[in-house]
Amino acid sequence: MSLASLYQETIVDHARHPRNFRKTDPETHRADGYNPLCGDCISVSLRVADGRILDSAFQGAGCAISTASASLMTEEVVGKTIVEAEELFRQFREAMTSDEYLEDMGRLEALRAVKEYPMRVKCATLAWHALHAALQGSAKSATTE
Amino acid sequence: MSTFLKPKLSNPEHPRCEFPALDQQVHGKPLVYLDNAATTQKPRSVLGAMQSYYEHDNANVHRGVHALSQRATEAFDESRRVLQRFVNAASEKEIIFTKGCTEAINLVAHSWGRTELKPGDRILLSHMEHHANIVPWQIAAEMTGAEIHPIPITDEGEIDLGAFERLLDERVKLVGVKHVCNALGTINPVAKMIEMAHQVGAKALVDGAQATAHIPVDVRDLDVDFYTISGHKLYGPTGVGALYAKEDLLERMPPYQSGGDMIRTVTFEKTTYNDLPNKFEAGTPNMAGAIGLAAAADFLRGQGWDEIENNEQRVLSYATDEIGSVPGVRIIGTAKHKAAIVSFVMEGVHPHDIGTIVDGEGVAIRTGHHCCMPLMQRLGIPATARASFAIYNSKSDVDSLVSALQKVREILT
Repeated sequence: MSLASLYQETIVDHARHPRNFRKTDPETHRADGYNPLCGDCISVSLRVADGRILDSAFQGAGCAISTASASLMTEEVVGKTIVEAEELFRQFREAMTSDEYLEDMGRLEALRAVKEYPMRVKCATLAWHALHAALQGSAKSATTE
Repeated sequence: MSTFLKPKLSNPEHPRCEFPALDQQVHGKPLVYLDNAATTQKPRSVLGAMQSYYEHDNANVHRGVHALSQRATEAFDESRRVLQRFVNAASEKEIIFTKGCTEAINLVAHSWGRTELKPGDRILLSHMEHHANIVPWQIAAEMTGAEIHPIPITDEGEIDLGAFERLLDERVKLVGVKHVCNALGTINPVAKMIEMAHQVGAKALVDGAQATAHIPVDVRDLDVDFYTISGHKLYGPTGVGALYAKEDLLERMPPYQSGGDMIRTVTFEKTTYNDLPNKFEAGTPNMAGAIGLAAAADFLRGQGWDEIENNEQRVLSYATDEIGSVPGVRIIGTAKHKAAIVSFVMEGVHPHDIGTIVDGEGVAIRTGHHCCMPLMQRLGIPATARASFAIYNSKSDVDSLVSALQKVREILT
C-alpha cells in the first residue's frame, strides 16, 4: 500500500469538497464524534422518519481522511433504514480493524487503504461512531416516548 | 555490537554517529528524525551503560550485603550525584528519582500542594503549560479549595510578563511554568518569573522537560524551588526522570508514595520515614534507568553547551526560514528566544495528513495538540505539525522535511 492509495482521488476530492457539509432540516438526530488523540470533532446530523434516513449531513474540522470518510458516509446512508445504516457501520468498522477482507465495500472502497495506516483508522471511523451514537440516541428516545 | 556504527558523514566525530537508531531506512528512505521533543534517540554510551549494568552489576539497591548489591548501590548513588552536578544542585538529597516529569510534578502537587494549599490560595500556571503541569494542580486544587489562574501569553507565544505581574499578590502560593515550550519552542524567562514569584512569597515550579537537552540549567542560579527533569527527552531512557527541590522544602513535605526503601522503621503502630532522598523513593527504583540517565547527562556535558546551542540555533534559524517559505505554511510560535522547535500549519491541510505524507518520505514529525489543548484553544487552532531538532540534526534534515512538505502540497492542495 502506498500514500497514493491512501490519498487517492476520491479521498482528496471529498476532503477538499465535502458533500453534505451542513445540518439537516429538520434535524431529528444528532451526535458529536470526538477524537481525543487529535482533537478532531465531527458532528453528524440526520433527518429520520419511519425508521429511514431521509437526509444526512455533517460539520466539523478534521483531517483529509476523517473529512472524506464523513462525506462519503453521509452519501452512503441516505435512504437506508436505521438497521441497514447500523449494519453498514459495523461492516465499515470491521473493514478498518479486522483481518478479514471485505469483498464489497461499494463507494467506501476508496477508504480501504486506511487499514494499512493503523494510526489513521480512528480518523476514518470518527464520523461513523458519531452516526452510531446519533442512531442509538434515537433508539433510546424512541423507547422512552 | 558494532553493527550499528556505520559513519556516513565526512566527520566521524559528528554526534549523529553515536545514535544507532538514526542509521536506518523507513519506507525505503533514510530516516530523518525530527520528533525530538516527543523523545530523543539514545547514544551508544547510554545503551552501553544500561546493558553493562544488567550484564555485570544487577542487584537490588540499599538492601543486600553482597558484592553485586553493593556495586548496584554505588552505581545508583553515583547517578544521583551526576544529576546533581548536571543541574548544579547544592546536595544530592535534592535529587529525587521519578519516572519522569509527570511523576515529578504529581509528587509536588500531591505532597507539597495538598499540605501547603488552603482555600482561596492561588496557583498560577502559564497558558502554554503541558497537561502534565495542569491536571495534577487541578486535582490538588479540588482537594484543598485553592484556585488555578492562567498566566496569559501573547500571540507570538511568549509569557505576558505585565499580565503575570498583575496576577501576583500574596494569595499566590505557586507559579508553574515550563522552561521551554514543547509545542512552540519558546524559552520562557523563568529566572525573572521565579524572582517575581518569590517577591510575593510564592514557590516556583519549572517543568524542565524540554530544556535540559538544549540549554544548560543551573537550579541554584535560577533559585528555583522545584525543577523537573525527563530522562528520555535528554537522550536517556524512558521511564526515568527526576525532581529537583530545595532541601528545606523536601524536609517539610510528607511522603508521596509509601512502601519499601522510604522507611526507617515500621511497626503496625507507627512508621518513621527515611532521610532524603529515600523518603520520596518508595519501592525498588529504576536503577538501570538512573544509570542510563546519568550516562546521558555525561554525554551532553561531553558535547559542550556552546557547541550544542550553536548547532541547534543554526538549524532553528535555517528551519524557520525554509519551512516558513513553503507556500501556504504559517509558523506558530515566533517568540524572540526559542529552542530548536518549529511548529507550523499549512493552509487547507490538516497536520495529521502532513504527518502521514512526510513519514512516507522518511521524515518523522509530530502532529496534534502536543498535550497543550489550552494553548491550542488560545491560539485558535486545533493542532500543529511540529519539527523538533536535536544534537544530531543538520540543515540537510531541514531540506528533507521541506521537500517532503512540497509533496504534501502536490497531493493535497
